[in-house]
Amino acid sequence: MGRTLAEKVYDAHVVRRVEGEPDLLYIDLHLVHEVTSPQAFDGLRMAGRPVRRPDLTIATEDHNVPTTDLLAPIADPVSRTQVETLRKNCAEFGVRLHPMGDDGQGIVHVIGPQLGLTQPGMTVVCGDSHTSTHGAFGALAHGIGTSEVEHVLATQTLPQVKPKMMAVTVNGSLPDGVTAKDLILAIIAEIGTGGGQGHIIEYRGQAIRELSMEGRMTVCNMSIEAGARAGMIAPDETTFAYLKDRPHAPQGAAWDEAVEYWTSLRTDDDAVFDKEVVIDASTLTPFVTWGTNPGQGLPLGESVPDPEAIADPTERQAAERALQYMGLTAGTPLRDIAVDTVFVGSCTNGRIEDLRAVASVLSGRRVADGVRMLVVPGSMKVKQQAEAEGLHEVISAAGAEWREAGCSMCLAMNPDKLTPGERSASTSNRNFEGRQGPGGRTHLVSPAVAAATAVTGRLAAPADLSAR
Amino acid sequence: MEKFVTHTGRAVPLRRSNVDTDQIIPAVWLKQVSRTGFDKGLFSAWREDPAFVLNQPEYAGATVLVAGPDFGTGSSREHAVWALQQYGFRVVIAPRFGDIFRNNSTKMGLLPVVLPAETVEAIQARAERDPQAEITVDLENRQVTAGDVVASFEIDDYTRWRLMEGLDDIGLTLRHADAIADFERNRPALLPTTA
Repeated sequence: MGRTLAEKVYDAHVVRRVEGEPDLLYIDLHLVHEVTSPQAFDGLRMAGRPVRRPDLTIATEDHNVPTTDLLAPIADPVSRTQVETLRKNCAEFGVRLHPMGDDGQGIVHVIGPQLGLTQPGMTVVCGDSHTSTHGAFGALAHGIGTSEVEHVLATQTLPQVKPKMMAVTVNGSLPDGVTAKDLILAIIAEIGTGGGQGHIIEYRGQAIRELSMEGRMTVCNMSIEAGARAGMIAPDETTFAYLKDRPHAPQGAAWDEAVEYWTSLRTDDDAVFDKEVVIDASTLTPFVTWGTNPGQGLPLGESVPDPEAIADPTERQAAERALQYMGLTAGTPLRDIAVDTVFVGSCTNGRIEDLRAVASVLSGRRVADGVRMLVVPGSMKVKQQAEAEGLHEVISAAGAEWREAGCSMCLAMNPDKLTPGERSASTSNRNFEGRQGPGGRTHLVSPAVAAATAVTGRLAAPADLSAR
Repeated sequence: MEKFVTHTGRAVPLRRSNVDTDQIIPAVWLKQVSRTGFDKGLFSAWREDPAFVLNQPEYAGATVLVAGPDFGTGSSREHAVWALQQYGFRVVIAPRFGDIFRNNSTKMGLLPVVLPAETVEAIQARAERDPQAEITVDLENRQVTAGDVVASFEIDDYTRWRLMEGLDDIGLTLRHADAIADFERNRPALLPTTA
């Protein structure tokens, strides 16, 4: 029987397989950040263990970093201590670190691909659930907890049970104005927040092949929001073109050898998936969330749902609770929902194409009165690129704030947060209660919808805007 | 890690689905660099509501959390497990868990038990009728007993053994250091390093 892409990558990394025990899987790349690592390094110190492969480990500061004045010390003493702890740990254990202010600093899932460290066929882990992002390259990548971070630091391996395989096939092409973010939000609404649980999702089909690498990263990034620890896309010419000449990509003869191997990384025709979902891309429209989990989403043209109409009692109760928290009334057209803040950024949508999409909508327009818009590049390199293209001028001229790189308002561990009751349209990945600040209300949207929403002050797509 | 063989305690019904790890422990608590003190952060936003179930005195000291489907979804933060344990929970029962949360739990000795939604509902209803009623979670026999409700649950042999022995993974893995070294010798040279 043939194997899936995920099975091929998995099998190639089994260090030890014994009946009745989990497989021991080798990890090719371990990404580290300040939030989920301090207790892991402490564990190593207490046991007198070194980092086994500092040369396969890289760290960055992202979750806590302020996005305004990079040269000033972090004002929050607890955040500052956490960042300083990472610096001490990286120095002590010999791990390469990209600290605040460094050219290479950025969100952990932005810098891996940017450096060319994320490559097809690799195993990648990080103490962060959005590690699934790296699956866009045909890598097997998933988030881990701090105990596992310590385990990987100490052994460069993880005990694993082979997950089940799920195919999400997206046939047809995305219509104009519909993006990778709309697609993944629609997929999550279709399969639910637990639909991918226990599975690795492989995204396939014409619409997936037609996505850019950055679009593919957006899709894979939110696999975890569908319950899957990992999402993958088979590498192809788009992947190779993105990787070519990146700092850590193979060079010369090694490049040709690598491409040959990478080309073999695809699901065999006779491979069997445990679960399969088929989506027709051509029917999709811009998609937004109305509730407090990422599965509670609808096309922008629809209205806030009526919980009474939901048959399943658990889902009905969840919807009632969500509407109450979100301050929404059933039947309200989604386009009538007014927002206070628009956030563009995160490991989902903080890359250069996202910023280009935002700038192209904002160009010649103004952010609505009373609306605050933050644009936070995913990395310092993304910021530099945007500035080289003049995007920051368009964004600033529209009245939005152009910030430094970091996770920022995606999870509000730094000073960028919503106040209680404040409502945002956000290009990030989670609309959980309080995610962007205690009492904050989040609608997940694409970068294009975020920009159009900033202009009108209500949830909107670029097509809704009048001509400039 | 503390051994887990069998546990008897009182149950708290948490009648919510999709309890994500941001609710279990909000991000502001994640800035700590130690492993202790997370009990105060457990459900800290929800605990501001006096009607929240953990604020009801009759559930004080309960050790088994009984929740709706998709418990522990979202962020990989192991702090969620630490917070639950430090608050006093030894077991979480739900119809379905987030994968990473479930994994993190078994690394720390917090037992995640998957039971069918109807069984979970029955245990919740019992805990609501009688908050003092005890429930037994027997890992050795893979069985939950809550009054008339007796239900088997699944857990793989290896994880069960590891929890019952209280063994942490790193020590177990390092027994195979030779296999790791062999694997490393055969890794293709073209794979990237961060150096």
